[in-house]
Amino acid sequence: MPNVVEPITAADGTPLKKKLARALFRSKLRAAGLVLPLFAFIIATFVVPIFALMLQGVHNDTFYTYMPRTAEVLNDWDGESLPGELVFATLAAELAKGKKERTVGKVATRVNRQYSGARSTFTKTARKAVKMEAPFKEAILKADKKWKRVEFWQAIKLTSETWTPAFYGAALDYELKLNEGFERKVEKERIHVKLFWRTLVISAVVMGCCLLLGYPVAYLLATLPLKTSNLLMILVLLPFWTSLLVRTTAWIAILQSQGVVNDILVWVGVTSDDSRFSLIYNMTGTVVAMTHILLPFMVLPLYSVMKTIPPAYVRAARSLGATPTLAFLRIYLPQTVPGIGAGGLLVFILAIGYYITPALVGGQSGVLISNMIAFHMKSSLNWSLAAALGGILLAGVLLLYWAYDRVVGIDNVKLG
Amino acid sequence: MALPPYTTLGEKIWHYLFRTICGLIFLFLIMPILVVLPLSFNVEPYFSFTEGMLRFDSEAFSLRWYKDILTNGMAAPEAPVDWVWVADSWKNGQWIRAIKNSFIIGIASTLIATSLGTLAAVGLSRSEMPYKRFIMAVLISPMIVPLVITAAGMFYAFAQIQLNQTYIGVILAHVVLGTPFVIITVTATLVGFDKSLIRASNSLGAGAGTTFFKIQMPLILPGVISGGLFAFITSFDEVVAIIFLASPEQRTIPRQMWSGIREQISPTILAVATLLVLLSIVLLTVIELLRRRSERLRGITRT
Repeated sequence: MPNVVEPITAADGTPLKKKLARALFRSKLRAAGLVLPLFAFIIATFVVPIFALMLQGVHNDTFYTYMPRTAEVLNDWDGESLPGELVFATLAAELAKGKKERTVGKVATRVNRQYSGARSTFTKTARKAVKMEAPFKEAILKADKKWKRVEFWQAIKLTSETWTPAFYGAALDYELKLNEGFERKVEKERIHVKLFWRTLVISAVVMGCCLLLGYPVAYLLATLPLKTSNLLMILVLLPFWTSLLVRTTAWIAILQSQGVVNDILVWVGVTSDDSRFSLIYNMTGTVVAMTHILLPFMVLPLYSVMKTIPPAYVRAARSLGATPTLAFLRIYLPQTVPGIGAGGLLVFILAIGYYITPALVGGQSGVLISNMIAFHMKSSLNWSLAAALGGILLAGVLLLYWAYDRVVGIDNVKLG
Repeated sequence: MALPPYTTLGEKIWHYLFRTICGLIFLFLIMPILVVLPLSFNVEPYFSFTEGMLRFDSEAFSLRWYKDILTNGMAAPEAPVDWVWVADSWKNGQWIRAIKNSFIIGIASTLIATSLGTLAAVGLSRSEMPYKRFIMAVLISPMIVPLVITAAGMFYAFAQIQLNQTYIGVILAHVVLGTPFVIITVTATLVGFDKSLIRASNSLGAGAGTTFFKIQMPLILPGVISGGLFAFITSFDEVVAIIFLASPEQRTIPRQMWSGIREQISPTILAVATLLVLLSIVLLTVIELLRRRSERLRGITRT
């Protein structure tokens, strides 16, 4: 008689395996149910808004919304020579309509970003368009001489397309030309790439300064007896907990030309009263203030790594004949690399998106890419360009975040 | 830490040099606070030390900037100090309004952030939670994504649903920015949590709710409170989202300081800064006490 293995069943007769799977599924659901409210909240108020803004970087329908028929007839235009009467007639009709509904300004601003000077051409022509009669081509060409230029029409055609890579091009200092593709802007108009570079350089310098200042402090805190190091830790944590604005204000008071540092330098005799150093409202001010603000983010991870290194290793190296420098370089330093990585990445990630401090103490030469994004969001109202600049910045930050997760693991982030 | 007798002269020099360097770095860390405190008592409307202050002249110091916190924006600041004056200050004082707003927005966003964040952290700490790493990365990301991008995105999206320039919009933004801190601190507390306590409670007949509130919550409460304090200080200190989302009606303390620094620099900002430093000292002390309590509750002895 063959030995049939009966599946083990629970009291009610269902196989135990099935029952276990069901119970596991239910506990999975329960755990997910706890996380769901916050997850949904973050998706709705954080992820979706950013995604919607980023969409603006490649999608701008201002022209299409207010002048849909012009956009359509321009679609069939080859872009080589002046368009025909049909395009001019549609344009005249929609300009007149835009004048009446007061929407022509929005279209004009939009085209102006592609072709500077277009704004006045549009508003001027719209004013005349109300009374225009056929043939429209002649009438419009008479209204403003820009309409005679093929490049102007090419710019209009480009803005009439709702999906466009032009803003990302502009964010990297390239200009989109119809039928030709991207063309690099002239030297003096290349501002964004320079700004991205400056942001990277300042972030790297701030990271370097934080490491330079944070490493000795973390080492001291990790090696001193707990009672003393806890007291000294307050000196690290207190600035960490103090308002960002307070610290930035304080740095203005310290670094300005009538400030503490300059006063001391004059008093000591390093410089004279009328040749005080300009330490603020430039790159120096940004670097000093940001280093101070981000230093705790370097010290804390370094400290928690150094705390776990047994002092016996360095002592063993010394007893085997290593000089203090060699023992440090070959034994101690390699063991602190995880802390350097964690702190350095965190400082760099936070520095690269900094806005408040550069805006207040950066002056002209110390502003970063965030300030440019805020400028285009709030002042120039070129949201698409802001979105494109932000998209590049966000991509960089997310890449670093991913690296941070690989190196440190986000569940290992510690605060205080 | 006394030096052992066999240290060489070079090592001794290095030892003291190292201590000096560290001392200077600590000075760098604490210098802003050291400078702000005395300057806030300056009698002159400047950001720098006057000769009188350096000579410790009692006439060079005053409380006028602290008084200015109360009177700035009042209808009749020179009136005798009575109930009418207090009511005027409460109603019209610019800084008073900023302080009120900061507390309203801070407390509201802290309550929401702490409850949502604690629930999520409890869920995330369960081993059966699916896609844990990815979800954690999404929930922590508001801390990492540059504030300008977050604020600009919300500004753009909130404009479509008329949430800009409302308290609700600002509070929602601050909840988003505060939750990562709650998750991090509560998760850290849950790491040392003994899961058999839950099973023990369940086997004794307690339901999920009773177990959570009677067993788990009291043990992780210190972590929850310090997470809440982190969320509060984040909201209290936040200015980028306010710049983008708030109208003058929702001005908070940092927003008021921001325009103060950019427009008319007056030592009132330093007086406010001093008060904020005192507040952060209080919060820091509370956090430290909570951390010790939490370690005691969980039976962790410090090494």
